[in-house]
Amino acid sequence: MSDPAVRLCGLRKSFGGVHAVTGVDLDIADGEFFAMLGPSGSGKTTVLRMIAGFEAPTSGTVELGGADVTRLAPFERDVNTVFQDYALFPHMDVLGNVEYGLRVKRVPRAERRGRALAALASVRLEGYERRRPGQLSGGQRQRVALARALVNRPRVLLLDEPLGALDLKLREEMQVELKSIQREVGITFLFVTHDQEEALTMSDRVAVFNEGRIEQVGTPAEVYERPATAFVASFVGTSNLISGEAAQAVLGKEGTFSVRPEKLRVAALGDPVDGAEHSATGTVSEVVYAGPATRFVVELDAGGRLIALQQNLQVSSMDVTGLRGTRVRLVWQRRHEFAIVP
Amino acid sequence: MTRALRRRLAAFLHRHAGVRLSLLLSAPMLWLGVAYLGALAALFLSALWSTDTFTGDLVKEVTWANFQELLTAEVYRTITLRSVGVAAAVTLIDLVIAFPMAFAMAKLASPRAQRWLVIAVLTPLWASYLVKAYAWRVLLSSDGVLGWGYGLTATVITLSYLWLPYMILPIYAGLERLPNSLLEAAGDLGARGWRTFRTVVWPLAFPAVIAGSIFTFSLSLGDYITVKIVGGRSQLIGNVVYDNIGAAGNLPFAAAVATVPVVIMLVYLAAVRRTGALENL
Ligand SMILES: Nc1ncnc2c1ncn2[C@@H]1O[C@H](COP(=O)(O)OP(=O)(O)O)[C@@H](O)[C@H]1O
Ligand SMILES: [Mg+2]
Repeated sequence: MSDPAVRLCGLRKSFGGVHAVTGVDLDIADGEFFAMLGPSGSGKTTVLRMIAGFEAPTSGTVELGGADVTRLAPFERDVNTVFQDYALFPHMDVLGNVEYGLRVKRVPRAERRGRALAALASVRLEGYERRRPGQLSGGQRQRVALARALVNRPRVLLLDEPLGALDLKLREEMQVELKSIQREVGITFLFVTHDQEEALTMSDRVAVFNEGRIEQVGTPAEVYERPATAFVASFVGTSNLISGEAAQAVLGKEGTFSVRPEKLRVAALGDPVDGAEHSATGTVSEVVYAGPATRFVVELDAGGRLIALQQNLQVSSMDVTGLRGTRVRLVWQRRHEFAIVP
Repeated sequence: MTRALRRRLAAFLHRHAGVRLSLLLSAPMLWLGVAYLGALAALFLSALWSTDTFTGDLVKEVTWANFQELLTAEVYRTITLRSVGVAAAVTLIDLVIAFPMAFAMAKLASPRAQRWLVIAVLTPLWASYLVKAYAWRVLLSSDGVLGWGYGLTATVITLSYLWLPYMILPIYAGLERLPNSLLEAAGDLGARGWRTFRTVVWPLAFPAVIAGSIFTFSLSLGDYITVKIVGGRSQLIGNVVYDNIGAAGNLPFAAAVATVPVVIMLVYLAAVRRTGALENL
């Protein structure tokens, strides 16, 4: 197997007394679309900035394609960054921005022009060459920033919340577009976001950050369906934990367990439960009708609460809202419950 | 005023943004219109008068004689060129010193250090101009610490010192506004320090440089005290104006000479405008 595109070993960073990154080990394979997901302040940007070379680690190393680049300046590293605020040069037009990196590397004029135009075409910005960044919309600026980075054909492209400044509709469009651009160019994308849905829909693998360290690395399905820690269970999707005495009573085992809301079936108290299933009785304390689905909050008799999400296949809001206060049985497949680190 | 009336007035002003703006701007506009442009007009008008050679009385008849003398006499041309040279030298020296200082203040210093540095740049402005000029006279005198003697060089040095804050502060403000991510983006795209400076920092800080240079250039052009204190026998435009008001008592000629720096500044501003720097100010 070849060297990973990015390898982080024991990476730490402190700013004075603030420990922003407290020990990160990570391998990212060539051509991967990799997301770093975590709440604000969990150290994602700092990790990205250490890979780009804007920040020197307090300890640990950064490798790109097997070479240690920890001590190298940004201009000596084969990575490019799409900044959160895009950082387009306001005094240059779109073409000037996109050609900047090639001009610095003394790429001959004709080739430079050709590559810049191709990059602009790949982000669907033909005809905007002579515009200034100030004359573009947020989504267009974002795409210029992408073209300006991609035109250099870096080994790794770093993106810091690239869609954060866009409105919802544009963001969803750009998610699809980013993904298809990545597939086309085959460059490793390392992508920072605090939006769990964005991370799950776009990436090949996700690293979930919390307080300067990684809690779990895995495919979106692994992270979502089998969260390794209570933090991951609550940050990615809705937290549904059974622990302590409730775990003893309902599951007959020690520990903390997680079941995703859509795996739970809301059944009548007397409904049969087969051998492959677990169940718990409780009282419905809240019913939220949300169009395609309904969310039930159930206070368990054994203690704790679970949230169940039911597709509104047959029912309407009239049917479900009357269920508040009724007693129900929640049923789920045993294979959908997972032990997690509390 | 009653409360109801006050409220009605407030509502009226809220609805009529134009009235509100003109009320707010009326004081500065009045100042600009009457005190400044009026004074300039009076200056130009009195430059067209003359004085009676024997009695020294003002003769209020329009004549271009003052300007004729100004343009034809060799001595005034020399003094004008010398003054422009001094102002240009002061501006250049201040720029070379101020830019690195402003850059260090805006981009390298910690936020805490930044505040102290701004105060450090401002404090010399609290001291009297005369005290500072005389301090340089002591430093420069041939038996002083530096001992370089008086003359044009001494004038340029002293003026550069006096006007340095007026160059540092606009450039500092301009660089402070420049997002760090632009410098990082240049580095990210492969540019080293000098290239980043040339292609990103300098073009974006240029309007601020121009703003600073307008201060240092015009302040130097109008100075007549420093050159008296450390200039030895050298004369600048300011001295000619001053001497004609005082010793010679020829107010119209003084006014004519005083229009020279005004015209030079207008030419300077027009030249600057062609670079496009004023649009981003
Ligand atoms: N230059 C800095 N100086 C001081 N503290 C910083 C600096 N950069 C980041 N931090 C701190 O480090 C922590 C992690 O920040 P960051 O990496 O930006 O998190 P994220 O991108 O996940 O929101 C935060 O507590 C932040 O305040
Ligand atoms: Mg961040």
